[in-house]
Amino acid sequence: MNALRNYVSKIKPTFSKGGRFAWLHSTFEAFESFLFVPDTVTVRGVHVRDSVDLKRTITVAMIALLPSVLFGMYNIGYQHNLAIGGDMGFWPIVWYGFLKILPLYLVTYIVGLGIEFASAQIKGHQVNEGFLFTGLIIPLIVPVTVPLWMLGLAVAFAVIFGKEVFGGTGMNIWNPALIARAFLFFSYPNQMSGDSIWVSLGKGTALDGFSGATPLSQAGGGLANIQYSISDMFFGFIPGSVGETSKLCILIGAFILIYCGVGSWKIMLSSVAGGLLVGWLANVAGATDIPAYYHLMMGGFLFGTVFMATDPVTAAQTECGKWVYGFLIGAIAVVIRLFNPGYPEGMMLAILLLNTFAPLIDHCVVSRNVKRRLNRAKTV
Amino acid sequence: MSDHIRLKKGLDLPIAGAALCKVTKTVTPDVVAVKPTDFRGVVPRLLVHEGDPVKAGSPLFADKTNTDIVFVSPVSGTVEAVVRGDKRKLLAVTVKADGKNESVNYDFPKLSQLNRESAVRVLLSSGLWPCIKQRPYGVVANPNVKPKAIFISAMNTAPLAADIDFTLVNEFDAVQAGVELLGMLTDGGVHVSLAAGSYAGSEFHKLKKVVFHTFDGPHPAGNVGVQINHISPINKGETVWTVDLFLVAAIGRLLTKGVCDLSRTIAVAGPAANNPSYVKVPCGVSMQALSEYFNTEKGEVRVISGDVLSGENVGRDGFLGFYSNLVSVIPEGNYFEMFGWCKPFRLKKFSFSRSYWSRFACGKKKYAMDTNTNGEERAFVVSDVYGKVFPMDIYPVYLLKAILAGNIEKMEELGIYEVIEEDFALCEYVDPSKIEIQEIVRKGIELMMKEMA
Repeated sequence: MNALRNYVSKIKPTFSKGGRFAWLHSTFEAFESFLFVPDTVTVRGVHVRDSVDLKRTITVAMIALLPSVLFGMYNIGYQHNLAIGGDMGFWPIVWYGFLKILPLYLVTYIVGLGIEFASAQIKGHQVNEGFLFTGLIIPLIVPVTVPLWMLGLAVAFAVIFGKEVFGGTGMNIWNPALIARAFLFFSYPNQMSGDSIWVSLGKGTALDGFSGATPLSQAGGGLANIQYSISDMFFGFIPGSVGETSKLCILIGAFILIYCGVGSWKIMLSSVAGGLLVGWLANVAGATDIPAYYHLMMGGFLFGTVFMATDPVTAAQTECGKWVYGFLIGAIAVVIRLFNPGYPEGMMLAILLLNTFAPLIDHCVVSRNVKRRLNRAKTV
Repeated sequence: MSDHIRLKKGLDLPIAGAALCKVTKTVTPDVVAVKPTDFRGVVPRLLVHEGDPVKAGSPLFADKTNTDIVFVSPVSGTVEAVVRGDKRKLLAVTVKADGKNESVNYDFPKLSQLNRESAVRVLLSSGLWPCIKQRPYGVVANPNVKPKAIFISAMNTAPLAADIDFTLVNEFDAVQAGVELLGMLTDGGVHVSLAAGSYAGSEFHKLKKVVFHTFDGPHPAGNVGVQINHISPINKGETVWTVDLFLVAAIGRLLTKGVCDLSRTIAVAGPAANNPSYVKVPCGVSMQALSEYFNTEKGEVRVISGDVLSGENVGRDGFLGFYSNLVSVIPEGNYFEMFGWCKPFRLKKFSFSRSYWSRFACGKKKYAMDTNTNGEERAFVVSDVYGKVFPMDIYPVYLLKAILAGNIEKMEELGIYEVIEEDFALCEYVDPSKIEIQEIVRKGIELMMKEMA
């Protein structure tokens, strides 16, 4: 450890101002602070600092996502095996999934981090850690069969136009991962919808009668049309975007986020409440025969609620605002699902819509505080 | 009985090295300093030259904008040095004590014969006026203004804070005289806040002619700014005054004994303090007189006048601040920690967040905190963490962003009049983005003072 530290200290001047590789200083700093918590001390203000930093916060979020990543990988192989009627064992299934998901991650991280490093370099900033999480999410919310060049394009679009043009991490209005998905969805609708995209067939051919439809697209035809059991939907043995299928893994992630205080439980709870309420009303009013709780089990509702609606940068930031924001996300997602037959999944649009309105919600909450202050002055 | 206010938000910092309740040294005055930089808003006009003889209570400099406000020598002796910084800014006037302990003699009327006007004159001429701070902005009070009320916090929740009941033992009569004098300065009464937990144990619940409030909860419940926000928040155009309790005692001693006596019992504490305990010192004492308390065996230490959240780094050659009754000594944190941020347990480091499991594993352990920033500065990302340690009816992030934007109107609307830097100290401590929040607040306050003057 000391040897490594000495080596890093030795090469540091080369990357500092005046050194040969000074133009790479952001990159160097990113790797140095990855290896070592820096030796900087407090100068003004507080003399001691909490041991948490953004790296740690994002690490926790990534750990929370890990169960979904692992299960998603397994499910790719599992669905493949089911579709071709094969008799693969556990490890071949995992291996198949690994080989399918690896290129997605490679493309996402190489493109995304490449742009992040380059823009940090250009601006002379430090590299922000935010994309490590965004990059972990993006492959989980696309169909496994997405062409890699499309994915690369979408990631580039998301990082440049979803984030960097606003000033980088902390300044963006929309969740960058969802921007990537929205880009794919609206630019390449053929590759992003239908029943054939959710299961990777590889070189095999599907069995006769295999559909590959997700429960959500079946739900368009009513409850009787859904061919999956509720337990399969809960544990995740269904076709769908890579990370969204297992509700159990998402709940484990939610627990980690809430316990560590990284994700807001208020947003999660109110989003679920909003979804259930609209689902229940529609059910009671006779608009659909799908029970409300099915909406939690189908598609990306829970995944979006837990991992994307709670993004602290794009969500509402006031405590009251969070209740409204979460509730509307859940409610609008289910409204889109039920009343917009052209597009079975509403979660992405609901979150992007409320990302747009989150500053307005916060503005209303803060204005109340401002009014209270003004009234107080008048009554005295 | 008083009204009781319970606060839930906040954090008691579990820092090691709390002072034991015993006085281990009485410092005889040698070199002391009076620092104009302790007093915000004061433009000093020097009244002495190097080598001039002074008594305890002789004016050293006055405020240019109101020359009635004078700042006096705490000891008798000769002016040793006039310390100036960039652009000849006056940083400190140091006085070398002669050990004779001579005081300026005052001939003040008795407390019962004073009225507001004469009470103000007593405080101004004795040099004790600067004990009174004004909100908004935390500046030295303006004697021409009649404040809405005066607030005194008789509880101290800051990390390693000096125990009020211990440091002011036997000072009850002085404090009583002090609050009575302060009561003449306002029509809104003198409001004293006590800790709910030790209400009955504290001698000060017997004070007369004051309005009591009790507070319960973690730091910053003891900050007077937080208390004002809950008792009677400051509106635009209003002024309130605040006084530290140990300075109320100094005001009282002026009346009961007729001398300007700013000496105090301070706590010397912290993870790098030898034998953390209490010391009797003159105002503006040199840190060199306390050097035996600094444990430098394990490396550099930082010597702070005040607490670790909002105190001033004065260094081992510096001097105690005017408003300070605590010296915090902590190790410097200029070291690298390999993969520190991704260790599952980081047992030697405390975190308010639960993203390290050390809080779970260690329970009520105290930590030897140092000055390492534990990460690099980033943009505002985790926006809801500040509210958890900010028990005021104010949205901290919105106020900070208004300050960064330099928007006076927004700052006013969002409550800039109600806060000073120390109210944001915990927000700065817990911030995962390592933003210098108190510095932002300071800039905001200075901008307001400039624009509204």
